Amino acid sequence: MIAEQEIVGRGAVEGARLMRDWFARLDAAAERKEPAAYVFVMGSLAEILRAFDMHLVFPEINSLQTAVRHVAHEYLGMAEDYGYSPDVCGYVKADVAMQLQGGKHSMGRLPKPALALATNACNTYVKWAEFWERYYKIPMVTLDIPGSRTAAGGAAPGTDAFESDRRYLEIQLRELITECERITGTRLDMDRLREVLDYTNRMAAAWKRVLELNRGRPALFNALVDGTVYLGVLNALRGTREGAEYFERLVEEMEYKAAHRLGTIQDEKYRLLFVGVPCYPIFRRFHEMFADQGGVFVASSYLWFAAGGLDLGFQYDLTRPIESLAEGVLVGVRHAGDAMLFHDQSLIEQVDQFGADGIVYHPVKSCRTVSTSLAGSRKAVMKARDIQCLFIESDMMDRRVVSEAQLKNRIDAFFEGLGSQRLRTIAATVTA
Amino acid sequence: MSAVATDFDVAAVAALPLDAALGACRDLLEDPEFPTVHAWKASGGKVLGHFQVYFPEELAHAAGMLPVKVRGAPVEMRQADSHFGSYLCSILRSSLEVSLDGRLPLDMFVTHPICDAARNLAGVWARNLPYPSQILYLPQNVNSSGSAAYLRDEYARILGDIEAVAGRAVTEGDLRRSVAVFNENRRLLRDMYAIKRETPWLLPVDQAYVLVALGAILRREDHNALLRALVPQIRNRAARPQDKIRIMLEGGFCEQPPLDLLAVIGQSCYVVDDDLLIGLRFLVRDVDEQGDPLAALADAYLNGSSYSPVQHDTRKPKERMLLERLRGAGAQAAILAAAKMCEPGLDEQVAYTKALDEEHIPYFVTEFEEKMSGFDQMQLQLETFVESILFD
Repeated sequence: MIAEQEIVGRGAVEGARLMRDWFARLDAAAERKEPAAYVFVMGSLAEILRAFDMHLVFPEINSLQTAVRHVAHEYLGMAEDYGYSPDVCGYVKADVAMQLQGGKHSMGRLPKPALALATNACNTYVKWAEFWERYYKIPMVTLDIPGSRTAAGGAAPGTDAFESDRRYLEIQLRELITECERITGTRLDMDRLREVLDYTNRMAAAWKRVLELNRGRPALFNALVDGTVYLGVLNALRGTREGAEYFERLVEEMEYKAAHRLGTIQDEKYRLLFVGVPCYPIFRRFHEMFADQGGVFVASSYLWFAAGGLDLGFQYDLTRPIESLAEGVLVGVRHAGDAMLFHDQSLIEQVDQFGADGIVYHPVKSCRTVSTSLAGSRKAVMKARDIQCLFIESDMMDRRVVSEAQLKNRIDAFFEGLGSQRLRTIAATVTA
Repeated sequence: MSAVATDFDVAAVAALPLDAALGACRDLLEDPEFPTVHAWKASGGKVLGHFQVYFPEELAHAAGMLPVKVRGAPVEMRQADSHFGSYLCSILRSSLEVSLDGRLPLDMFVTHPICDAARNLAGVWARNLPYPSQILYLPQNVNSSGSAAYLRDEYARILGDIEAVAGRAVTEGDLRRSVAVFNENRRLLRDMYAIKRETPWLLPVDQAYVLVALGAILRREDHNALLRALVPQIRNRAARPQDKIRIMLEGGFCEQPPLDLLAVIGQSCYVVDDDLLIGLRFLVRDVDEQGDPLAALADAYLNGSSYSPVQHDTRKPKERMLLERLRGAGAQAAILAAAKMCEPGLDEQVAYTKALDEEHIPYFVTEFEEKMSGFDQMQLQLETFVESILFD
């Protein structure tokens, strides 16, 4: 029998420790001048790179850490002095400033890249990787992972259209393997690849279950705050034994909380969906402005697209690892793209599945992939469901466009609207 | 493509004195009501609108549709702003505006993941407009051995969707005929750009731009007829060289600078090459008119194309391509422009400035917006830049 104090909150504590350990390993790798692959969360191909025992550097995670630690403005300023416009992605600029300082990061030092790996899931990925390609004169691989062509979704596995995309991706993966063999001087160990794939399978299955468990009442974790910690581990330790064990223990924690009706906050008044990218410059305060009024984020599109599709729980077929990896990456990254480009219907379904009272849209200056169509999405969802929506713009990196007082005013008004709607609903029920 | 009348009479325009003909062309281009598109629709034709930068227009042409490049417009926003957030370029908003208010009547819309904002447009269109909209995934990994087969499949896929909208099947013969029409167009545009490089005093940048841009809204046969008539007249102009510097203009691959801005540049510079509407000129050689036309189009995109900030190709580092274009045109300096909020353009400016610094080539950096109307400050800055070169 597990004692409550041993299990509740375990995921947050262990997740933070794993992330610190991961940064420490990167720092040690930099010290030993070991090469790394610079990758992105949507299509990291951790499975292949880990099979070559390459260190993985996720610049998106490094950059957001500077904002959470309130030092992003120093990095942004340096990149803007270098020539970058104030209007381009803050993640890119923070990373550029890190590289200009020899990999200096608020949590240590980053190893230099031997390979830049981007995918077409985000155009800024390509522009970003081109910086490393030029600055370090390293090989850059850009993987095409074709997304859904229309709002109706992507081609189903088994169709000619799907097979064309999958076959193309498989060819590219085999070319990536050849490039890794050239860089590392070692041949791909297929058994090692299977082992890594199996770890990812376990993580994906567990992650899917964690997200599903938050549909119950009360919500077991806050998708914005706790979810971001889980997401960090999901990406940084994708395809590792410690990652698989972490998520299986996280499921255990969430099952326990569900069985004992232990919510993430004591008085859950309003269940909210979050759509966009977190406001990292005031990360904790942003959360408090909702939690203080009984609002809990039960789901977040961020946990969908920034997980690179792992929320689907796709299971790689270990008997045909590369073919299956191509299929899984195609399905997963396409799914992540849908979370940003074609999400209206899924949001409507989430409103129902999670019993949401409201949706908070948070488009940011830095990320146009995520933010461009959120205003239109809000209209579409409000047309389909009688639900309160809050639309607030700021940034995930740049505190110059984050106005806490204005956000607070808007959030307070949002909760007033939620309260009024609840009273109307109660009144209507009584009248009926 | 079936012969359908438009209210722009190419033969009549071509018969005008050259300056009057160019004026008529400019009037048509600046008309925010897209009269040639409406005329096409009124006669029963269907229209495929494709967002910047490159689209294989031959596919729509072969299906009897009018391919129209959706490139924004300097119009007042009445509806579109409410569908977008704040930190976006103007071309997205104005393209949606003219679509929502019916000024640009389409039967199908195609966007491309050229940037993070544009990849959203298929979803935006699907919410708000009744006709089909979709994304064409052109390869970013053009160096992969699988890209040619993939792109051929992707063209076949979208051709199927085009056929459904057009209501007719497209044969290989249809495609070859369209390829031939567009090959002629490409040759004519190359001829025109040769004039810019060799005798830039004969063709100011704003006039050249008008002639290229009409390809975005005219039947390609009409565009060819217009160019066939006007290009020789331009060659025979009685203009003399002036004391202007030769510059290359970079930054017009997507959102377009106002014509008046180009005219301001033309007052002090000869623009000997540029990337304005590069998508209409993206294929730099003829497409093979034999064999499988879809494979030929795919091959031309992968192996016979120009460069832009929205395509990655390890064979074509963009800063190297910029230097080659600049030197190939004999330019003394570069104007590096970027549309406001245009992430690919602004990112690329950093690499371009570093490369030009290394080569000690002077450059002028600026931002623009399609709807800007005041150019005094920019003109002053540019004249100062030009003087610094002339009197260096």
